[in-house]
Amino acid sequence: MDKFLTVDADKCTGCRLCEQVCSVMHEGVSNPAKSRIQVIKWEQEGVYIPVICKQCEDAPCMNVCPVRAISRDPDFGFVKVDQEVCIGCRSCVGICPFGAMGYNDTTHQVFKCDLCGGDPQCVRFCEVNALEYVPADRVTSRKKRKGAARQSAAERQAVALG
Amino acid sequence: MALDRKIAYINLTTGDVEIKPIPLEMRKKFIGGRGMDAYLLYNHAPKGCDPIGPENPLIVSGGLLTATCASATARTHVMAKSPLTGLLGSCNMGGFFAPEMAWAGFHHLVITGKAEKPVYLWIHNGEIEIRDAAHLWGKNSTDTQWAIREELDDEEVKSMVIGQAGENLVTYACVMTGIKNAGGRTGLGCVMGSKNLKAVAVRGTMDIKIAHPVDALEHNKKFIDQITGAKVNKTQGTLGTPFIWGATNCWGGVRTRNFQYNQMEYADEIEPEAIDDYAAETMGPHHMTGCFGCQVHCRAQYKIQSGLYKGKYDEGPEYTSLGAFGAEPDCKSIETVLTGNHLVNQYGVDNLEIGSMIAWAMELYELGILTSKETEGLDLRFGNDEALLQMVHNICTRTGWLGNVLADGGIPAAEKIGKNAFDYLIQVKGMNNLHSDERATPGLALNIATASRGSDHLRSRPAIDLYHLPEPVLRKIYSSPVPYDGPLSSEHTEYIGKPWQVFWQENVYMAVDCLGICKYHTVFLGATLPNFEDWPEVIYYNTGLEFTPKEIWDAAERCNNLERLFNLREGLTRNDPRKGDTLNHRYFDEPCRRGAPDVIGKRIDRDKFNVMIDEFYEHHGWDREGVPTAETLTRLGLENEPTRLL
Repeated sequence: MDKFLTVDADKCTGCRLCEQVCSVMHEGVSNPAKSRIQVIKWEQEGVYIPVICKQCEDAPCMNVCPVRAISRDPDFGFVKVDQEVCIGCRSCVGICPFGAMGYNDTTHQVFKCDLCGGDPQCVRFCEVNALEYVPADRVTSRKKRKGAARQSAAERQAVALG
Repeated sequence: MALDRKIAYINLTTGDVEIKPIPLEMRKKFIGGRGMDAYLLYNHAPKGCDPIGPENPLIVSGGLLTATCASATARTHVMAKSPLTGLLGSCNMGGFFAPEMAWAGFHHLVITGKAEKPVYLWIHNGEIEIRDAAHLWGKNSTDTQWAIREELDDEEVKSMVIGQAGENLVTYACVMTGIKNAGGRTGLGCVMGSKNLKAVAVRGTMDIKIAHPVDALEHNKKFIDQITGAKVNKTQGTLGTPFIWGATNCWGGVRTRNFQYNQMEYADEIEPEAIDDYAAETMGPHHMTGCFGCQVHCRAQYKIQSGLYKGKYDEGPEYTSLGAFGAEPDCKSIETVLTGNHLVNQYGVDNLEIGSMIAWAMELYELGILTSKETEGLDLRFGNDEALLQMVHNICTRTGWLGNVLADGGIPAAEKIGKNAFDYLIQVKGMNNLHSDERATPGLALNIATASRGSDHLRSRPAIDLYHLPEPVLRKIYSSPVPYDGPLSSEHTEYIGKPWQVFWQENVYMAVDCLGICKYHTVFLGATLPNFEDWPEVIYYNTGLEFTPKEIWDAAERCNNLERLFNLREGLTRNDPRKGDTLNHRYFDEPCRRGAPDVIGKRIDRDKFNVMIDEFYEHHGWDREGVPTAETLTRLGLENEPTRLL
């Protein structure tokens, strides 16, 4: 996989525009119940966490599918569902550890994030960059830098406390 | 489709529920949201009805574009006859309630009657149920919402609720949703309380089909870029509305000590940057949050750091909390402001009104009109933080003589207090003014004097008047979609041209309220933001309905006239100091004592003000008494109202 869709929940303002544009993009309707991304909230504490498919390497949904309707896209690396093959048993919905597999109660089919074929709309609309679509190597180097900054701040604090 | 969304009539006395579609021709005439609410109110509220009687309809709505693929369509509008003013009751709040109601299948609820016992409404995918709320009665606004979620076993339920202030019939109680979204003004929480209606809970998973999804998406992106690109919104997204308070206070436009001053001195601790630091300390660097689908994210999150409420999470404060718990009572502590903000959110009471009421009582106390006998020993002088917060409790729980009297609202309280207490009440139509001072800005003064729900800045304020925009820029904005070739002045202290600006703003704000969009997404604080010319596309892509800019303008004007008709029917007359288009005498008699050179010494000229009112009425096609003429009503298609088509 070349690129990751990353989530920085700290930055999320909880506006749910991602849910809105996702359902419009994929279904032509505005309906968060049909969005591939969902912002889970603890409003009492002001905590918002966008939840979306991680496109797992060893994907439980792919493994559990009894009719092999789920496969990996060779070009963009996302995990996709072939609706022609899918029998609607919802095993994938049950097994996904992230709750990222959705179920459409109008069409009775499962659905999931397909990275909008390489131009994820949730990322495009998220002005605060809580969602980003970045090359895999940059994800890890960024994480390292963030971790190092935390470590350095903690060390400085320790020195100050003496 | 947004156009499939229904209207539900719910009678709490009988338990009857009737659901009807909204005909397309009604959409073309009144669009939705506040405009359609005005139609429903004018048609369903019996003339002279008791605001806290069962016949007063409580109307709850989303706009035409709510929950579509348009930007920032989070607004919920609520309307009824106001228990505070006896005139139009109307309030508008952000959050996530109206979109959820639209996904549950409804754009409008008309709630009449009175339940025998406390109840709440449960609205779920087209179905409406009236449920027992005995166990919720007495709870504050957030606990009520979380208890409803637990009971319905669904964390995604959104509720519009009242806190204890609404239960206790405080005449300026709010309706609330989420942590801090308040339908604050005109006391509609009191109307809910009078109906024994604790909450309206909604949850929906029904599609809103977008007429042209690809175009709607692309257009939304363009809008968002335009909206977030405006400097004013970038600042709002960092500091929230306190930034306006800070800027206005520097200049000398903040009402202080109940209108004795127009600037708060030495307020470092409650400056916007200080609040931002406080929020960052308690919630981290990314502490701004927003309403549904909005990229402006204008409200801060914070936790109170000390005192009785230490550790409590809340959101805000907005401009009005800085006024209510800062400048007006002249309290300079950030903890007081944030605690006060927390209390009003929990009790569900209008921060603006309660802050003004307490500041008014403080002035009366210092003048000797109120004494320690009435305050029952409470030292209600300016700058007494403890007394301020104690009065918030006393009013919301109607404790003590003064708490109970102030809970009735300004005009009834002035009568009970007696002497010349009324002279010091800074109100229009019985509702207190925003904590701003308009003596240096005649256009803004005209706005609050004529706003349809009583003193208010969100009905017609030409806020961009303060930017000294060059005349050609003003002309470009203000002469579309209807031509205007009269005078316009870049000078905010001038009187000429202001009536037209206020008239234009009145229509633009009505239009966004009909569409369900936030005012930060139109010409309110930013001159470059979308208005009439920009909306036809967004309406068409999302709903398939075709409007021209002029048709939107006409609909807005029609809805504004309906609000006027309602007010006239309920007793508004031009010069009535309690129910008219007037200002407190201090606007005319007392000059500003602080502030910048263009502010100091300023007051409103009574004669010029009257000329502005005349001109303002003329633009509307109203007579000298402010009554729409027969030609105007015919032009707008209102000659047969009430028509009872919905």
